[in-house]
Amino acid sequence: METGLVLLLLLAPFVGFLTNIFLGKQLGKNASGYLGSLAVIVSFVVTTVFFLQVSETKQPITVHLFDWIALDKFSVNFDILLDQLSLLWLMFVTGIGSLIHIYSISYMHDDINMHKFFGYLNLFIFFMITLVVGSNLLIMFIGWEGVGLCSYLLIGFWYKNQDYNDAAKKAFIMNRIGDLGFLIGIFIIGYVFNTLDFMTIKQEIMAGHATANLAWLGIATMCLFIGACGKSAQIPLYTWLPDAMAGPTPVSALIHAATMVTAGIFMITRLNFLFDLTPDVQTVIATVGVATSLLAASIGLMQNDIKKVLAYSTVSQLGLMFLALGLGAYEVAVFHVITHAFFKACLFLGSGSVIHALHGEQDMRRMGGLKGVMKITFITFLIATLAISGIPPFAGFFSKDEILMVAFHKDKTLWVLAAIASIMTAFYMFRLLYLTFFKEFRGTEEQKHHLHESPALITFPLIVLGILSAVGGALSLPGNSWLNNYLQPIFAHKTHAEHHLDNTAYMLMGLAVVGALVGIAIAYSKYIKKGEVPAEDDQITGFANVVYQKYHVDESYMRIFVKPIYFIAKFSRDYIETGLSNVVFGFGNVAAELSLQGKKLQNGNIGFYLFAFVFGLCSVVFYLFFLR
Amino acid sequence: METILKVIGVETYLYLSALLFSIGVFGILLRRNAIIMFMSIEIMLNAVNLMLVAFSTFHQDASGQVFVFFSMAVAAAEVAVGLAILVSIFRNHGSIDIDKLKNLKG
Repeated sequence: METGLVLLLLLAPFVGFLTNIFLGKQLGKNASGYLGSLAVIVSFVVTTVFFLQVSETKQPITVHLFDWIALDKFSVNFDILLDQLSLLWLMFVTGIGSLIHIYSISYMHDDINMHKFFGYLNLFIFFMITLVVGSNLLIMFIGWEGVGLCSYLLIGFWYKNQDYNDAAKKAFIMNRIGDLGFLIGIFIIGYVFNTLDFMTIKQEIMAGHATANLAWLGIATMCLFIGACGKSAQIPLYTWLPDAMAGPTPVSALIHAATMVTAGIFMITRLNFLFDLTPDVQTVIATVGVATSLLAASIGLMQNDIKKVLAYSTVSQLGLMFLALGLGAYEVAVFHVITHAFFKACLFLGSGSVIHALHGEQDMRRMGGLKGVMKITFITFLIATLAISGIPPFAGFFSKDEILMVAFHKDKTLWVLAAIASIMTAFYMFRLLYLTFFKEFRGTEEQKHHLHESPALITFPLIVLGILSAVGGALSLPGNSWLNNYLQPIFAHKTHAEHHLDNTAYMLMGLAVVGALVGIAIAYSKYIKKGEVPAEDDQITGFANVVYQKYHVDESYMRIFVKPIYFIAKFSRDYIETGLSNVVFGFGNVAAELSLQGKKLQNGNIGFYLFAFVFGLCSVVFYLFFLR
Repeated sequence: METILKVIGVETYLYLSALLFSIGVFGILLRRNAIIMFMSIEIMLNAVNLMLVAFSTFHQDASGQVFVFFSMAVAAAEVAVGLAILVSIFRNHGSIDIDKLKNLKG
């Protein structure tokens, strides 16, 4: 029964993928879209069934599918682990996945390769489920690589544009760097524990068997964190995520905001017992997280592409999640992952709706005044913006506030930096909102003529996500957190479930709200009162230009890493490889020359052959009888 | 028989055999007529046969003579084949001078 349901959960999207790829053209666009959506909805329903069951019994479900690698002292089983954490993740992966599939039916309707799009999306959901439900690191790695592949395929979905292809390659290669770290981490863990199974590792650690290998574990967790950096776009591997916005907007919403980029956080949360043992690595994680958050937020202040702003805001929010992870507050990070998935998916889908209405225009300087025309998009976008800015009672307020509170108790510096990042977030999100929806329209007359609210298939997911962004905070209210209690069995240490609401907590909440309001007020005075519009590209000068050009990080990477690698590659090609092949060809030339000379012996003169024969025989006889 | 062998000595037969064999070899090396060369081969074969017979008698062992019979039978077959080939070569080339047969040149 359970095995069947698990297989249904796992294979429904895979069947959807196969059908769409092989039969999609024959099925036609609508059938292909609805089929793809149905496949994910099936997974969502199955997840809900399991979720309700596990919330009630509080017992994780393990399903043994088959023995995968069986060696003498080391074996890996293909087992599925459905516990509180994986089911929570599955809920929003399949839930938001379903909504975005439905959205895509309308959004991608004009694309000739729509069946391929749904095929890839289904494949992505399949790999994401694999990543989440695997009971050991190796299965997680399969999913990890699979979602990377789908990310590559979908960023480069419009493959006729070379820039998009480059963005896809960049994402893939950046991820490979992280994946290498992840793989090395897996190897070390396998070496230390002789198993890759999460439950077994946890038991070993609980029994205190790991203390002898702390140095190895430190390296392992550091490597795993590098893997998480690649997938979840942290310094120094974050530059692929803003470029990944080349993909269609539903892809940005699903993969590059709500689900795949949170895989790193999932992995660290899954292995929390391991990271708890290595406080140094946790410090690194927190530092990297807060640095990423600040850097990305400051770049977001100056961007003019609506999707780029959202992309940098995603990087920044992921940084905050890593800050929470580094401080050991895994449940807070998970909470922020969930609320972020709601409001960021809503924001991306909203921006997609705007782009759709403007026929592909993404520059905010050519937008404005859409409030009146696109009412539903505007209202949902407003809710999600309030949520991400941290205004109560919307979802983002609670999760962000918890992160700030944890940071305040652990390290005041981190708290200040994170608070600055969230003030910046409030500013640039409202800048985005004002520039897009307020004042008068700045695009062409023709675009203005065609402005329209998007169809129901697009607005429905927006409404659902808008509602979730508004009420999502109820998952973990301060002082009485359902989420923390629910997740308790996952963690090695006690969650912060019982932290009491003292005056400090209220003061911090107040400060956070005031900070967000300050950010909003600055944006209001700049873009509504003074009615400013960001300058054109060539008029941006000084430090503003440096920020606008993303601190020239890409260019620096180009100079520091890519160029030397090119140089080494060119050197190897021009000198080392040429030299080697000359040696190899040299052998061939010598052999050919020798054989050319030897060929002359075969001159067709029978007398000469006979002479050679007799001479040879005589030589043999001479040698045998006289020389020996 | 034994007395004759004792009178003449086995080494005389060996000298004769070696001489015959050398004549054969030189015939092969120096003559250019295929039939003559063929005859030289026969001389070499018979030189070996003579040696076999001589040693067979010397060792009082009949198996050497059995070998000679085999060898003669094979030589007869070889002659038949070889002459047929020569006839065929003559028909095709109009000559059996081996210096003119250079089709095997690589």
